[in-house]
Amino acid sequence: MRLYEFEAKNILAAHGIPIPRGRVIDKPEVAREVAEGIGGPVALKAQVLTTGRGKVGGVKFVSSHAQAEVTAAQMFEAKVKGYPVEKILIEEKLELKQELYVGAAYDEMEKKRIMIYGDMGGVDINEVSQKHPEKIGKVLIDPFIGFQPYQAKELCCISTVSPQISKALQSVMLKVWEIFVKFEATLTEINPLGVTKDGKLVVCDAHIEIEDDALFRQKKRLEEFDIKEREDKARPPTEFEMKAAEIDEADYRGVAGRVTEFDGNLGLLIGAGGGSLTTFDAVLNHGGKPANYCEVGGNAPTRKIYNLAKLILAKPGVTGLAVITNVYSNSRVDFLARGVIKAMVELGIDPKSYPLLFRSAGAFEEDGYAILRKYGVKYYGRETPMDEAARLAVEMMREKE
Amino acid sequence: MAILIDEETRVIVQGITGREAVTFTRGMLDYGTKVVAGVTPGKEGQEVYGVPVYDCVKTALKNHEANTCIVSVPPAFAKDATFEAIDAGIKLINVFTERIPRADVIEMLALAKQRGSRIIGPNSLGMISPRRVKLGSIGGPANECDKAFTPGDVAVLSRSGGMLVETCSQLSLNGIGQSIAINIGGDPIIGSTFYELLPLLERDPQTKVIVLFCEPGTVQEETTAKFVTETSYSKPIVAFIAGKFVDSMPGMRFGHAAVIVHGEIGSTKAKAQIMKEAGIRVVDYHSQIVTEVRKILGEIS
Repeated sequence: MRLYEFEAKNILAAHGIPIPRGRVIDKPEVAREVAEGIGGPVALKAQVLTTGRGKVGGVKFVSSHAQAEVTAAQMFEAKVKGYPVEKILIEEKLELKQELYVGAAYDEMEKKRIMIYGDMGGVDINEVSQKHPEKIGKVLIDPFIGFQPYQAKELCCISTVSPQISKALQSVMLKVWEIFVKFEATLTEINPLGVTKDGKLVVCDAHIEIEDDALFRQKKRLEEFDIKEREDKARPPTEFEMKAAEIDEADYRGVAGRVTEFDGNLGLLIGAGGGSLTTFDAVLNHGGKPANYCEVGGNAPTRKIYNLAKLILAKPGVTGLAVITNVYSNSRVDFLARGVIKAMVELGIDPKSYPLLFRSAGAFEEDGYAILRKYGVKYYGRETPMDEAARLAVEMMREKE
Repeated sequence: MAILIDEETRVIVQGITGREAVTFTRGMLDYGTKVVAGVTPGKEGQEVYGVPVYDCVKTALKNHEANTCIVSVPPAFAKDATFEAIDAGIKLINVFTERIPRADVIEMLALAKQRGSRIIGPNSLGMISPRRVKLGSIGGPANECDKAFTPGDVAVLSRSGGMLVETCSQLSLNGIGQSIAINIGGDPIIGSTFYELLPLLERDPQTKVIVLFCEPGTVQEETTAKFVTETSYSKPIVAFIAGKFVDSMPGMRFGHAAVIVHGEIGSTKAKAQIMKEAGIRVVDYHSQIVTEVRKILGEIS
């Protein structure tokens, strides 16, 4: 779960890392008052859960306080990379002489946490890593020992800051580590960490992501900072996706959801994880136009499958359905068949004449096939590869046209 | 012989009284796996399909001989259960549990490494040596396993449990058997990645060809390719990468927890290229795995 910049900054500040003077607003009318309170030129920063907002008008500087209100009003109206702007952080405009980077993350291949220092901040750290490797310091952390002060000192060896600032910098690193571990973050990043003209360190921008799978034991800690649990995606979910999520959440057993909407005509009921990835690729490769991505598996009950099938079949523009899964071992083919047929019958769709392709096999396949036969639906079993089934589905849609 | 599991495998199921564990214990027993004991704190004295349940792994070991554990407990307790198995001297631990916090996973893996235990998973449905033995829920009930898995000389490693079954099913339908099939787990951080299992397969006389089912996200495939090049790996490898469409949707998660692409990092395009450069035969469609493996087996014989 990605935190908003202001939430991340509140956490950093509470741990003694200096942040700029500022306040969060949720309506333009208070912008002027807030700007006056801060005094001098201010920055208005749209609070959106996406990276690179600066390049698309998500950060603006104003020198007059009256202008702050006008700019805030425009910002609330606009969208940043598709996200509506509900909050704006107004901060003092900083005069910096240098920008640095401090981050904590996981190294998946080393299977350890990692602390990263960049003697160059404000840009993408991976890019710096490639173009100026000498400006990046990294240290892998033993999970049973943790990040130690001497390691902060070692990371600072490549730093070009003065000895006094270096001391403060090491302290910031240790605090970032403390937050990273305590909040079970997957990423805690200050980028840039500014060095002001008078030689002080200050957080310009911060990015914290809390691990979704650790939220169950982080609730209380997040509540202390007034941070609510939320699902984040690279773009805001569509109405169709939200409805699908409701269906999946209504029953804890199995998965019938994880839907992503596309604008094609072929509805997909596919599964499970790797099977969905395989099928979706094959549909695209054969020239098909999917209406959605989804996952059905983990022994989801009939009711969940039925609800998801109904949602997909009723989606405007959907004129055919492909039900394709890998050989099921822990899910049941009869649940899948029953859910699909029930949805069709209820929507007044005749399964026999509707463009429907069914390919599944495994546990309870005979019972599943019996249901399909009863309704005159042609089906494919394990002897038909999944990508062949995808090809047949695309062909079926072409014939209909 | 296969790797990791054989007729000598004797299993303790931690969390055996849970819904899923009860089901896969049945499946394992029917398949002929020696499940010697189960562990669920507070339920000592009970039985699951005749398998005695104990409070602790060490108590179970006092009464039974075992060399393998399956961890199937809720995420919040998975680290403790894995530590318990490691501390009891168990050398192979299959972690079935999904959604274990990363902070716990790295500690589990670090302790296992220190004590010389191997972890498969987390988020792994298990592994199977066809007609010999299986761990976990892979393949489902024993009769379904018999349809999908047949003995032979192809090792299949997969990031997806369902697609491990599908891949083996396709091979079996075409008369190609498997030496071992392992679901390595769908999480970003796992105990045994592809390249960490390759050395074992290289030494295994039964295995002639290796099949990898890959997905977007992480740099596991890239690291595997590097390993293959650096060690001049001697056995042929066929790879299929699912989820090519994910490349064009950075930041979006699909399927397993690890399936997320950040720019070029973790993209299927990058994976395919570096794997091909390493001499791994990357196929475009899943059904081409069979074609490619058959070709290689023909070349070998």
